[in-house]
Parts: sequence; C-alpha cells; structure tokens
Amino acid sequence: MSLLDLRQKAWSAALIVLFFVAWELFCLMTGMSDLILPRPSQIFTTLIEKLPILWPHILQTLATTMLGFVLGVGLGVALGAVIGVSKTAYDTCYPLLVGFSSIPKVAVVPIFVLWFGSGTVPAVLTALSICFFPIVVNIATGLATTEPELEDVLKALGASKFDILWNVGLPRTMPFFFASLKVAVSYAFVGAVLSETVASNRGIGNVMMTASSNFNVPLVFAGLFVLAGLGVALYAIFSLIEGQVTGWATRKNDLIAT
Amino acid sequence: MMRMQPVSEFKGMPVSENPAPVAIELSDTSVTFGRGAKAVPALSKTTLRIADGEFVALVGPSGCGKSTILRLVSGLVQPTTGVVIVGGREVAARALRVGMAFQNPTMLPWMTIERNIMLPLKIVEPYRSQFRKLRRTEFRDKANALLEQVGLKGFGGKFPWQLSGGMLQRANLCRALIHEPRLLLLDEPFGALDQFTREELWSILQQLWMTHKATVLLVTHDLREAGFLASRICVMSARPGRIVDDSRVTFARPRTVAMTFEPDFVALNQKLRAFIVDARSASQAGAA
Repeated sequence: MSLLDLRQKAWSAALIVLFFVAWELFCLMTGMSDLILPRPSQIFTTLIEKLPILWPHILQTLATTMLGFVLGVGLGVALGAVIGVSKTAYDTCYPLLVGFSSIPKVAVVPIFVLWFGSGTVPAVLTALSICFFPIVVNIATGLATTEPELEDVLKALGASKFDILWNVGLPRTMPFFFASLKVAVSYAFVGAVLSETVASNRGIGNVMMTASSNFNVPLVFAGLFVLAGLGVALYAIFSLIEGQVTGWATRKNDLIAT
Repeated sequence: MMRMQPVSEFKGMPVSENPAPVAIELSDTSVTFGRGAKAVPALSKTTLRIADGEFVALVGPSGCGKSTILRLVSGLVQPTTGVVIVGGREVAARALRVGMAFQNPTMLPWMTIERNIMLPLKIVEPYRSQFRKLRRTEFRDKANALLEQVGLKGFGGKFPWQLSGGMLQRANLCRALIHEPRLLLLDEPFGALDQFTREELWSILQQLWMTHKATVLLVTHDLREAGFLASRICVMSARPGRIVDDSRVTFARPRTVAMTFEPDFVALNQKLRAFIVDARSASQAGAA
C-alpha cells in the first residue's frame, strides 16, 4: 500500500470520526432530549453496558441472517443458473421473480408466521426471500453474456452443456456473483431484523422494539449501531473474498494502485 | 429467380487424382433456417469433397453460407437435406473434436494464456481423464511447445489482457490445435487484424499446417489470404450459397508474402474476384 493510499484512508477515517463529533456537538448545543436523539457517547456507553444482555440477541440475529443468506445464495445460484441457461425458464421465472421481489417483505412476514409460528423460522425465511433476488439476476446475467464463439469452439470439441457451464459460464459469473453477495448479505440482514421486529422474542430487532416501547431510546440506537456494525463487517468480509477470488475482473484498479 | 450461367457441378468431379482419403464430404447438402414463410435458405444443395490434409479456403460475398458450411462440418448445424460425412462417418450429434477458431479470440480473462490453451484438453478424451494428473507437466509442455511455434515463447504465464490482438489470435490458433485435431476450422481468424500482423500470421498458420498436417477449412473475405494459404479455393455464390468455382492453388510452399505480388498470384486473385463480383451482381439482380 502506498503512502498516498494511506493518506486517503486516514482522511476517510477522520471524516467518519468527525461525523460523530458533529452529532455529539449538535445534541449538546441544541440541548436535544435523549428521548429524541441520544448523543453518540450515550449510545456507546449504553452499548457497552448492555452488551452482556445484547450478546445472545446479536448471535440470534447473526445466526438467522447467515442461515437465510446461505439458503438464499444456494437458491439464488440454482435459480440463476437455470434462468441463465434456459430460455424457457427465463421467460417463465423472470416475471414471477420480479413480481415477488416487488412485494414489500414486511407484508410477507405475517404469512410466514401463520405457517411456521413466530421466532427463528420466519426470520430465516424473510432473510432468504429478500436476499436471493440480486443473486439470481447477477448469475443469470453472467451466464447470458458468454461469448457465442467460445461456446461454438467448445461444442465443436464435444463439450456438454455442463462442461461449458462449469468451465466458462460459472467462472464468468463470479465477479457478478460476488458483487451480488455483498448486496445480498445486507439484504438478508434487513430481512432478519424486519421479521424479528414483527414476530419474535429474540434478536436485535426484538430488543429494539421492546426498548422503544419502554422509551429507552439510547438502547434503540445501540441496537441500530450493532446492526450497522454487523452490516459493515459482513460487507467487508465479502468484499475481501471478492477481491481474492475475482481479482481478474478488477485488474485495472490494481494497475492504478501499484 | 434467374439462374446463373451453367455452373460446373462437382458431383461427378473425379477426386481420384488425389489418393488421400476423403476427410470431409458434403453430398447434396442444403441448409434452411426457420420454417414455413419465414424459412431462410442459407445453403443450396452443395456437394463438396475435401481430401485428408488439404487446406481449403472458402471465399464468397458476405452472407453466402461460408460459415454455414463450417458449422455443418463441426456439427453445430444440422443439414436440412443431404448428409455431411467427416472422417468417414456422418456428422450426428457433435463429438467430432474439431479445432475451431474465430475472429474473436475469446480467451477467458481469468486464466493465463497457457491454461486457456489447455482448455480443450479438459474436454476432449483421452486428455480429459488425464487432465488433473498431467496439467502441470506434459500438457503444460505441450501448450508451451505450441506457443513457441507461433512465436509466443514465454507468454504462457501472461493473462489475455496483457497481450495484443495479434498475439491473442496466435494463442487462439494454439488452442484450436492443442488436442491435435484431424480437422481445423477457421472462420475469418485474421479479420480483425491489421495488414502486417495478418501477413505475419499467414506464415505462422502455413507453418503450423505444414507441421501438423491437419485438414484445414478456412473461411475468409481476403482473396490474398486464400491464395497465400490454401491448396484449393472454393468460391461461393451469394445467399443461398452454392459453390461456383473450385480451383487448385499450386504455388510452391512455403509461400512468402512477396509471392502474392507476382503476376501468377495476381491473376488468380483477379479470377476469384471476378467470380465474386458476378455472384454479387446476380444476387442483386435477383433481389430487384
């Protein structure tokens, strides 16, 4: 990493800190009640104080998110592969998928609760249903953009559809796939918390719901911070994996950086 | 539709003068895309015999079905009538293992050139089942030997984006040849290259052909290219294509670029050109 790069990073970090300082100062100067907008310092102390209580809920939310995400990725890849390979599947599934993804997921949660009761299952399902769509779209797009000439070269060699999919189609979708994973993991998070908020007695969503009905606004915000922190962490992890696996697609950035 | 002047049909043409076995045989083969009112005839009944080891160039106006013949031979297109026999058996469902190269080199960007070239070995038996075992040793040497032949020694570890268009096209030829196909099908492989690179690649391709002894079927728009490379040139009429001329090219090998400016060569070019101009004007008259 070059010096210029480090300086850039330092600036970004400083600006982020500045944002919280400004928030703190704003609250202090306007004498804002912590029932409306607590100060960041209050939020952090609440967060640290309540961490032992929050911890199982964090784990719960993380578990449902990841489970929903993993299932969503599996479903998304399978569906995306089918749609990307078969024209018929594309024509039938695409309108259905677009329709389904247009439904606000908060409207679906009650149905999941009706079917499976409240708790973990609807949270996982909501996470799944909200996160698989970007994966389907990206896998399908990646497969559909395989060069016809290369396909001909391989078919003339006697390659099966699976050979082509495995050697050319799927590797080509990897940059699309990892880009969609970053988005999908955030979506899964939204889905899980949404469902916990509506119908669960565990998880960060539920903690925030309870805290807000007790007017414990700092705790509500602490919950938000936890969610934001987890979201950033997951996003960062998948960005890192993306960089490792699909470096070939972003080589231009590397060239500029080196 | 107005028919052209009586065209020599090649059904009865004696091929016996050439003792080599027949590599490709099209008999009364025609191709029509689509059905009913939307049917587009792409290739009229065509009969063509290509002997083993021949280098045949197909030239003709654009859209005349040259590529269709290539796709018939490779099994990518099924004939509407007639049969296509390649290597002694009818082209049915694929599995011909022919080498193919197009104008677009289509190297996979996530693999090094070496691994790109080895791609056919991952698909074609008997290499396929040995691929895991030999990809780091024998197959790799094979790829690099080919790269050396086309003047890309030491470029095996590079990625496609690090190579120029001409270099990628050389690699493309290597990929088409790595599994030692009996038959090499080239669809305007040098169409996107500049004149000088193209001429350089002609010599390389000629060299490859002389060492590998495969049967080559080359589709091209470039009459000089056809004259330089081919041992036989078939001229096709406008869509739906038919073969209107079939000439042997007897210039000694290895041929050189300087040779393409000699009177004999220029005369051949002009003869071919006249056929194509005829075919074009006939199709325009037919369309009017």
